Order: sequence, then structure tokens, then C-alpha cells
Amino acid sequence: MTRYVMFRAGQAVLVLWAAFTAAYVLLRLLPGDSILIKFQNPELGLSPQQIAEIRAHYDGGASALATYLDTLSGFLRGSLGYSIDTGTPVTERLAEALPETAKLASAGFGLAVLIAVAIAFAAASSRSSWIRGALLSVPSLFVSVPVFWLGILLIQVFSFRLGLVPVIGGSAAQQLILPVLTLAVPISAPIAQVLARAVDQVRAQPFVPVVAAKGASRQWILWRHVARNATLPALTMAGLVFGELIAGSVVTETVFGRNGIGRLTEQAVNAQDTPVMLAVVVLAAVVFVLVNLVVDLLYPVLDPRLKAAP
Amino acid sequence: MNRVGLGLAAAWLVIAVALLWAVVPGLFTGYDPIAGVPAEKLRPPGGPHLFGTDPVGRDLFARVVHGSAHSLSGAFTAVAVGLLLGTLLGVLAGSAGGLADDAIMRLVDVLLSVPGLLLALTVIILLGPGTVNVAIAVGVGSVAAFARLTRSEVVRVRRTDYVEAAFGSGGRYPAVLWRHVLPNSLGPVVALAALQFGLAILAISTLGFLGYGAEPPTPEWGLLIAEGRNYLATSWWLTTLPGAVVVAVVLAAGRISRSIGKDTP
Repeated sequence: MTRYVMFRAGQAVLVLWAAFTAAYVLLRLLPGDSILIKFQNPELGLSPQQIAEIRAHYDGGASALATYLDTLSGFLRGSLGYSIDTGTPVTERLAEALPETAKLASAGFGLAVLIAVAIAFAAASSRSSWIRGALLSVPSLFVSVPVFWLGILLIQVFSFRLGLVPVIGGSAAQQLILPVLTLAVPISAPIAQVLARAVDQVRAQPFVPVVAAKGASRQWILWRHVARNATLPALTMAGLVFGELIAGSVVTETVFGRNGIGRLTEQAVNAQDTPVMLAVVVLAAVVFVLVNLVVDLLYPVLDPRLKAAP
Repeated sequence: MNRVGLGLAAAWLVIAVALLWAVVPGLFTGYDPIAGVPAEKLRPPGGPHLFGTDPVGRDLFARVVHGSAHSLSGAFTAVAVGLLLGTLLGVLAGSAGGLADDAIMRLVDVLLSVPGLLLALTVIILLGPGTVNVAIAVGVGSVAAFARLTRSEVVRVRRTDYVEAAFGSGGRYPAVLWRHVLPNSLGPVVALAALQFGLAILAISTLGFLGYGAEPPTPEWGLLIAEGRNYLATSWWLTTLPGAVVVAVVLAAGRISRSIGKDTP
């Protein structure tokens, strides 16, 4: 068991290192000129020599490998470099943005799981095949909707038509409702699909008729027996889509004018602020890898049969 | 025809219409997508303007019809990039095995650990904004999915008896790969390509909405919705109708993808 944990943790560290390196090569080595892009603007009136000085200020004039190792050790120590756009430490900008996005993402993820469970179990407990089919096609509708359009549509319906949520002002909770819903809908779809399929598979297992023969009701079987066995695949999928929360926040925060990681990302792309983008990409990879590591390690806890295995 | 067949037929119809919009927009609308008639600004849908008009009096339906060329060609480019790079990596990994397989698949793991939109934005920082760059960026985001699927298919087909037989009867490696392994691995890959086509339309419209794609006044679908945002309170059609078109096309692509996936084991 300990060996398994160590092996999986080691694998996670390796993927993170590779993600950092790939992002670093893409963002910092290949362009190499994000500084030039910002400072070559003729209005600034900087001479090539001054630009060279600025560059030396940013990367210390060191070789590519030394800069890479320096940045890597900086990331390991929690120092993420300096934003080219504002000149402030990237750590500061991330720390400012993170709480807002954490609020949005955790609420969005919670709601996504609720929606997924509701769809999958409503479909499973409905006796009409027509309703069942309709419910099961909801996830494919959800993934086909552009997130930004959904956000706009929600503003239109709930703020402008029905007047339920104020467009400007309103309490913090009111301001959170529509963004959370926007973020949750596309993320709930894959979880709902996997959960519905898992529920079907579990129901086909021989123990279900046995429990029914003992006199358990449909709902009892569904919630006490089937649900527990169908959690694992859904949990795996939930871990896989967790990373999408950060990507989803880019769109959601832009549509609703919220500050957070998504907004920061958008600003970084507009200003070609590669240090900030590098930090965001690494953050997304860290979240993805950590969540999936936790999911992997949870398997034996949730399913005792897996404890015997490595 | 049963209900399932009907849905599939509708999906093909939607895709066919969208393609025709892209190829012969003149057949569907007589209005100019760029030049507007200021006197007819912000007309609601109905009458001569099926989708209404925008703040400068351009016919929205004409803009959606002409916009399909940008969105669809972008999606085709994106799928082509993802398909080519992805299948190449997948076939290499699946047929080489050993160290090369491990190295390629760890790279794919890394690609999968970064959400598609962030990956696309990274490529956009690198290449700069623009229609083609956005398409390439979206395509790079789908490389990992294609590589994974192709590899697993190649590994599966390689173990089958007829491939063993082809090797046994003296077939050389590249020839067997080309004649037996590739054609038999292709079905699921085509299904994924159809699915990715829909997802690429979504991603391209998202990047267009964020302002990294086509420049105004190009009638790109995402940009159309972005432009309608300022008129939410008064003119619902400016955002709602182009978005509904996007949803219809993406849904249709997904439906077709599932039908292809079902036909091939």
C-alpha cells in the first residue's frame, strides 16, 4: 500500500515537472521576445541597448539552461517570477486572484455534482422510457452549449426579463448565483454521463435481483446498493473534469466581469505576459495532478476489494 | 423511420445546411453581411429580417450565414491539425513500443493535464491572435485525445490474428501498418474527429468571443455574440440566435459522431 502511494506520488511529481518544462519551453524559450513585444513600441522611445538592459534585468543575461533551472527552483520555492505587464511578483497577482476563483470553482463544482446526480438518478428511477431518454440526452446538450453564451443567456433571462438577480450591485451571494450556474452546467455533463452508465451497469449485476427478491423497493435498491457501487467511475470523471474549472473560469469571469484567475489569464494573454501565463498553466496542472492523485488514492478506501491489489 | 433515425437525419441536415451556408451563402440570403442600412437598425426578428438586425442595421441572418465559412473552415483546420499530429504520435507510440511509446505517452499525459482552453491560449500567446492561429491553437488542444485513441487502436489491431498472419506471410512493417493496421484502426478515430469538429466550433467561438480570433466586422459566430452583449437589455436576438445556431451545429456533430462510433466496433 505504501509502495503504491509512493509510486503514484512519484508519477505525479514527474508529470508536474514535465508540464512545467513543456510550458516553459513554449512560453519562455520559443518566443524569447515577450520583452521585445512590450518595449519595442516606438512611443516608448527605447533604444535597442536599453531593451537589452531591460532583458538583462528580467533574465539576468544568463544562458537558457541557467534561466530554466533558476525559474524551476523559483517555482519550487514558491517564487513565480515577475509579471512583464505590471512588474509585480506573479505570486502576488495569483494570491489576489485565487480566493475569488476558489469560491466560484468550488461552488460550481458542487453544483455540477448535484446536477449530475440529479440527472443520472432521475433517469434511473423513471419508469417511462421516453422521460429516461430525454433525461439522458441532457448531458450531450450541456456540452454543446458555448459557456459564454450560456452566461449571457442567464443574465438575459434572470436579470433583464425576470429581474430576479440584480445586474449591478446585489449581495455577494446574488452575484455568485449566475456565474456558478454557468460554470456548473458544462462540467456536470461528463459526470452525469458516466454516472448514468455506471448505474446501468451496476443494475445489471446479479446482486440487484437478489436484493429485490428480498423485498427491497426500487428506491432503496437505487440509493443503498446501486449508488454506492456506481460512485467510482463518476469520481474518476469528476477528477478529470476538475481541471476544466480553471479554464471555465476564464470565460465565466470575463462574461460576468469578476476578478480571478480567469481574468488574470485573459489579461496575461492580451499583454503576452508569459510569466503570468506560465504560472497559470502550472497552477492548472498542479490542480489536475493533485486532484487525480487524491482520486487514485481514494479508490481502495471506497472499494475494499481494491485494498488487496497493489 | 424510427425516432433514432430521425434524429440522425436531422443532424446530417443541420451539418449540410451549415456547409451550404459556408459554400454558397448567396443562396440563403441577399443581404450584405458587412454593410448595414442604419435606418433599419435593431429590428426584431421577423418580416424581411429573419434574425433581426444589429446596431448598424446589418441583417443578422446574413451575418450568421456568412460567418459559417469562418467557423467551419476554422474547425476543419483545427481537426486536421489535431488528427494529423495526434494520429502520427499515436501510430508512432503504438507501433514502436518500448521507450519511444513511454516517452510519447508521457508527453500526451502532460498535454491532458492542462485544460484545452489554457493550452489554446498558450499557443495564442506564442503565435499571436488571428483566425488561422486560433484554429491551430484549438487543434493543438485535441492532439492528446487523438494520440491516445490511435495508440490504443493500433495496439489492439496489432495483436489480431490477421495482422500476425500478414507478418507471417512476409509482409514488411510499413506495408502491414498501411494496409492492415491503419484501415482497421480508423473507425473510432473518425468518430472522434466528428466529435472534435463540434468541440472545435465551440472552442473557436469561445476564443472569438474573447477577442483572439477574427477582427470585427468579420461575421465570426463567437464575435457576433460578443458584439451583441452590449444590447442584452433591449435586443435579445443579437446574442440568442447566433448562439442557438452554434448549439445546433455542435449537437449535430456530436450526434453524427455517436452514430459512427456505434457502427464501428
